[in-house]
Amino acid sequence: MAEAVPTDSPEHAKHSPHLAHHFDTPLQQFDSGKLGMWLFLATEILLFGGLFCVYAIWRANHPEIFIAGHHHLDKTLGAINTVVLILSSFTMATGVYCAQRSIQKWLIICLALTLLGGLGFMSIKFVEYRHKWHEGLLPGTSYTYDPKVLAKENLHENVGAPAEPETHAEPPAASTAPAPATAAAPPPEQPAAAADEERSKIALAPAGPAGLRMEPAEDSESGDETVKNVHIFFAIYFCLTGLHGLHVLAGMAIITWLLLRAIRGDFSHEYFTPVDLGGLYWHLVDLIWIFLFPLLYLIG
Amino acid sequence: MSTVDASDASGGVQAAAATDTSNYLTASRGIASWMFTRDHKRIGIMYLVGILTAFFLAGIFALLVRTELLTAGRTIMDADTYNKFFTFHGVIMVFLVIIPGVPAALGNFVLPIMLGAKDVAFPRINLLSFYLWCGGAIFLLCSLVMGGLDTGWTFYAPYSTISKEPIYGVIPALLAVFVVGFSSIFTGLNFVVTIHKLRRPEMGWFDMPLFVFGIYATGIIQILATPVIGITGLLLIIERVAKIGIFTASMGGDPVLFQHFFWFYSHPAVYIMILPAMGVMSEIISVFSHKHIFGYKFIAFSSLAIALLGFLVWGHHLFVAGQSGLVSMIFSALTFAVAIPSAIKVFNWLATMYKGSITLETPMIYALSFIWIFGIGGLTGLFLGTLAVDVPLHDTYFVVAHFHYVMAGTIFVFIGGLFYWWPKMTGKMYKELWGRLGALIFFVGYNMTFFTQFIIGLKGMPRRYYDYEKLIDVIPGIAGLHMFSSIGSYVMAVGLLMTGFCLLQSLFRGRKAPDNPWGGASLEWRTTSPPPLENFNEEPHVGDPYDFSDLEWDKEIGGYVSTGIRKPATGH
Ligand code: HEM
Ligand SMILES: [Cu+2]
Repeated sequence: MAEAVPTDSPEHAKHSPHLAHHFDTPLQQFDSGKLGMWLFLATEILLFGGLFCVYAIWRANHPEIFIAGHHHLDKTLGAINTVVLILSSFTMATGVYCAQRSIQKWLIICLALTLLGGLGFMSIKFVEYRHKWHEGLLPGTSYTYDPKVLAKENLHENVGAPAEPETHAEPPAASTAPAPATAAAPPPEQPAAAADEERSKIALAPAGPAGLRMEPAEDSESGDETVKNVHIFFAIYFCLTGLHGLHVLAGMAIITWLLLRAIRGDFSHEYFTPVDLGGLYWHLVDLIWIFLFPLLYLIG
Repeated sequence: MSTVDASDASGGVQAAAATDTSNYLTASRGIASWMFTRDHKRIGIMYLVGILTAFFLAGIFALLVRTELLTAGRTIMDADTYNKFFTFHGVIMVFLVIIPGVPAALGNFVLPIMLGAKDVAFPRINLLSFYLWCGGAIFLLCSLVMGGLDTGWTFYAPYSTISKEPIYGVIPALLAVFVVGFSSIFTGLNFVVTIHKLRRPEMGWFDMPLFVFGIYATGIIQILATPVIGITGLLLIIERVAKIGIFTASMGGDPVLFQHFFWFYSHPAVYIMILPAMGVMSEIISVFSHKHIFGYKFIAFSSLAIALLGFLVWGHHLFVAGQSGLVSMIFSALTFAVAIPSAIKVFNWLATMYKGSITLETPMIYALSFIWIFGIGGLTGLFLGTLAVDVPLHDTYFVVAHFHYVMAGTIFVFIGGLFYWWPKMTGKMYKELWGRLGALIFFVGYNMTFFTQFIIGLKGMPRRYYDYEKLIDVIPGIAGLHMFSSIGSYVMAVGLLMTGFCLLQSLFRGRKAPDNPWGGASLEWRTTSPPPLENFNEEPHVGDPYDFSDLEWDKEIGGYVSTGIRKPATGH
């Protein structure tokens, strides 16, 4: 559909102000741009691929770190963000559709909405980050989270009670409960509620099931008492969401540029390559989040 | 730079003179016309200047390192400086010279012309790649100024993550790798799209010169492998700055994971270096044998096979890093498999030369040197891929010799290709005698330096050692071997300097180059030397790039001219 729009007749091409000198036809130019973008997206996937690989290796070797860590994440905010991004992808796709049919007004509206979606996503992300910062849920040596300080009073009463890890306004006392002893096998088989029940009954988890097990150093003991190296979860969390956040920002910059050009009236059914390519990029950013959300927030 | 000879204008070509006299060098003037150019030829030239400068600098580091090893004990520098010098030598050579060398400098210049295109698909991104390369070079200079870098070019943790004294140079160096990586990705992406979309419509895949296939396979590796080194570098920077613990054992992290990440890129990267060089080889061998290339499709597909298999062998760098036996065996087997497509190429080059009418101009001398050098480099790679043999040889001078035989073999082809296309790029002919002499001295010095290191390694000397005084009693003859190797490096330097002067001299004094000095059949030889701004004054005729039957030597011009009868392109 989109591919059929740019013309491939060289005669017509002479009239197109958008045709670069080294292309013979607008179609050739459009196809080149599209292939280039797809290849670029492949490099982006591999860039994230490295981090996903780190994730996979750590999760396989030390599932307990992930179980313990993910309780500190706010599932509700994560879910809202997922919806926001998916909606923004929808508006972006609609924008491309409008550009291809020279529907100027709706192109501008769609781009503006998409930009708004990006802004919303980043704001929510900011709230989440600030919360982690306050609690000291940070990677590596910056990990200063201390449940004893945060939840001293109700620690004893809460033992055995169902946890409330979802609401972050509460001090996440429950998450200080030991991770399941079944840590060796990631416990997705268990229903969420049962897992919570289970968790509070469990004693100390062993350091890790297999693989390249390393003993933590003295100074990283400050975290969760029972699970060692929870800071690694936050290292991975911040690297993944941070890199993704940077991509959202880059995407927003691109959309702003597209918006300005759309307002100037640059795009029409004869020339919409930038909108199309910008859209592809935005969908990729969206897609990566769709993987990040379950991998980080919905474990166990 | 180059102006047209007076004799030219007085010839019988007045009608075409207006277009003929203007080439890409004279089309516009001034610094800005270069800095903001989007012409792939000018960008190629700028890359060339940058890369040769970096090569010179890295060469100085190498000479300093070899001078330190000339005699046992302290010769000219202390151990810490030594560590920094070999690191800078390696980092500059790998990331600034060899990886971009053939594709970005030579490829940029000739690839679009070979395809009959006016430019690469994304000229602006092409310029951006060049500036990213410059950015990387600047970061490396920062690293040098900020206290240096002593991790070796491999940046292994924990050298790179924690070190006793703060070496601030690590972070800028990693940024350099990241930025140069992007430059490399964009170059590869640009070329792949150009090859797909900007070929002349009548040119089928198998009507492309094999150099283009080499660049295509390289582009795929650049696109698929480089992002991984990008993220690895970023993680290492974060690790160092924020102590996040992913690669640091004392914090629960895993240094071997870094090695996997690093080699997942860096083994394919060795094919980024050598595949385009192999492409140049196919051009030179065929043209100077004046004979159709033998086994076109085998060479073309072996490039793709190498690109593919190259991704599956990185574990051969971790045989002694605690990798499980089974995994090591698999990696070892796959490593052997890579040698097959490499050997296919070598045999095809030999078969091309068989019964050809070989002429020994400078590019051919470089090409023949490469067959010798790559033969040794590739075969010793098989030694190292053999598990039992690698255990004692790992991290010895044997490995140093192996990878110099392959990587610096690439340098031979790079220089050979430079001589080959020099008349096209500059419009000048160099002095054949000096070119040949330089090549021969380089070749002799090269083997003196590195063949010796095979022996040093076999006798058990580890690599990256500052000194071998204590080894003198244990390893008989080691002092003499090291001295011989160092002297070889000086011989090499003499050869390279001669080569440099030969090329420089030609710029000022060289005779005007004919359009087709060697009798090449691909499209870059069917336009003027140097080419006009949009590469062709008239529509090029696509044909078999290795069919030389229409070319005849013209004594007056001092080059070949086409008689016009050509086998048409197959279009497949
Ligand atoms: C014929 C194919 C090749 C085979 C079978 C092969 C095999 C190997 C093996 C097994 C090692 C590891 C040695 C060790 O560390 O113990 C190695 C190291 C190395 N190879 Fe190759 N190789 C081949 C081609 C190449 C090429 C074409 C290049 C570069 C253009 C190259 C560059 C290197 C480098 C840079 C290292 C060592 C890096 C380091 O540890 O610092 N190899 N090779
Ligand atoms: Cu390798």
